[in-house]
Amino acid sequence: MTGSENPTAHGGADADTSDVGAAVAAAHRAHWAPVLAATVRVTRDLDIAEECVQDAYTQALRTWPSAGIPEHPGAWLRTVAGNRARDLLRRESVWRRAMPLLVEDDTVPGPQDAAEPPAVADDTLRLIFTCCHPALSREARVALTLRLVCGLSTAEVARAFLVQESTMAARITRAKKKIATARIPYRVPTAADLPERVSTVCDVVHLVFTTGSNAPVGAALIREDLVASAVGLARTLHRLLPVAEPAGLLALLLLIDARRATRTADDGQPILLADQDRSRWDRRLIAEGTDLLTEALRGGPPTRYAVQAAIAAVHAEAPDFEATDWSEIVALYDVLLRLWPSPVVELNRAVAVGMRDGPRAGLIALDDLAAEPALATYRYLSAARADFLRKLKQWPEAITAYEEALVLTDNEPERAFLAARLAEVRRAARS
Amino acid sequence: MAKYMLLIYGNEQRWETMSAAESAEIDAGHVAFVNRAGVRILASGQLEPSSTATTLRGTGTGTGDEPAVTDGPFLETKEVLGGFYLLEAADLDEVVALSRELAEVRHDHSGVEITPLVHHG
Repeated sequence: MTGSENPTAHGGADADTSDVGAAVAAAHRAHWAPVLAATVRVTRDLDIAEECVQDAYTQALRTWPSAGIPEHPGAWLRTVAGNRARDLLRRESVWRRAMPLLVEDDTVPGPQDAAEPPAVADDTLRLIFTCCHPALSREARVALTLRLVCGLSTAEVARAFLVQESTMAARITRAKKKIATARIPYRVPTAADLPERVSTVCDVVHLVFTTGSNAPVGAALIREDLVASAVGLARTLHRLLPVAEPAGLLALLLLIDARRATRTADDGQPILLADQDRSRWDRRLIAEGTDLLTEALRGGPPTRYAVQAAIAAVHAEAPDFEATDWSEIVALYDVLLRLWPSPVVELNRAVAVGMRDGPRAGLIALDDLAAEPALATYRYLSAARADFLRKLKQWPEAITAYEEALVLTDNEPERAFLAARLAEVRRAARS
Repeated sequence: MAKYMLLIYGNEQRWETMSAAESAEIDAGHVAFVNRAGVRILASGQLEPSSTATTLRGTGTGTGDEPAVTDGPFLETKEVLGGFYLLEAADLDEVVALSRELAEVRHDHSGVEITPLVHHG
């Protein structure tokens, strides 16, 4: 280590150990990506940079209790990680590395000790665009983004996507090797390529969010670490990029996330939109999401995220489920189907038709989708049919549909919910 | 700088039966590619039909064995290798951008594959 490890600390004030733990955790959330991104420019190697940043956080835990929590933790971490990187690079062994150096453009390095050097924003974007490069597979993009940009451990990323840690480690290693060997550049795309590349990034962020907010398998419906990572990424994109798509994406995530506290009961069971306690929806997030939606719709045709956000905003405005403007929802799903044709959107539209015109009409709309192969084993199609059949008091058919939905569902809280509805329908059928 | 092999694959039957207009479009793409890539092209070529290929295949029983010589390409597929460029470029994005000049990347039966060459430092 070099001597200048503590450039911006408060003058030696002793800090409480629990304060330090909290400060390091906060610094991890706030600064992991920019610190790693800046260090990659020093090392031009993702693995070595990761090691140096990890070291910097370890050193923070060790020295902040006595030296005090620095005024600008991000700048402190960046300096320590950068010094560590330069130390390592001086050692000959590192030069005999297996992987080629990352390709980057020449840039003037920003000042090392300012709170927010201008290069920081650029560095973070470089890291994001490299992790989400279209030459990587979609699953590799997601894994790299969670590991390198969000700072999740390989074990956490593996758990989110239901694979063995060793499998996830191999996937991340393979992706890093492709970045280095095929020379995927560490660079913000040119203006001409930006819209397409931003779409790829938004897709990754959206996938992280949906995986987190509707965990396909497991004991919890909502994986808060993934939701927080996705919202954090969307905020970063929106702050750093002058294009409309991230505004729509962030609006969507906030409007959905505003319902988080009301989506599960105390025992972990999911609560449907119809039954959620709307007085507990996060009005601050809804207001922010609505403002962002206005921004996203200003100028230019809407992106699919903006339309999805508009649907979420209509729900947010409704005092209760029945009072929802279902005609508006159906109309928005029609727009969404043009922008993003997908069987799942068709399913949501059919459900909205059922709400607008009654369960009979909803059932007919769902029946139109029954032949869709992509939906043949989709748990929400059976569940939606079951719900309309229950409302129509067609008990035997409702029982069959709930049984079908149960077979297709692996998420434990959702299974418990469906089992409870099934029992309820069976009771009704007997009486 | 790094070296990349750009391989052009496509459905051979479609290539053999294409119209004069399609053929002209492909030619124009290669002219544009060559104009833009310039000195980055280290070598290039168009392959004769796969029916003219000869394959020597290891028989897999031991080092002393003679290979089997057969008529035809190594892989018997509808999609065949039609041509190649050997390029030198700064990074993958540069090669991808150049490749967009080729009409083959817009037709539904063809495409290009870009692979970096092992760097012998």
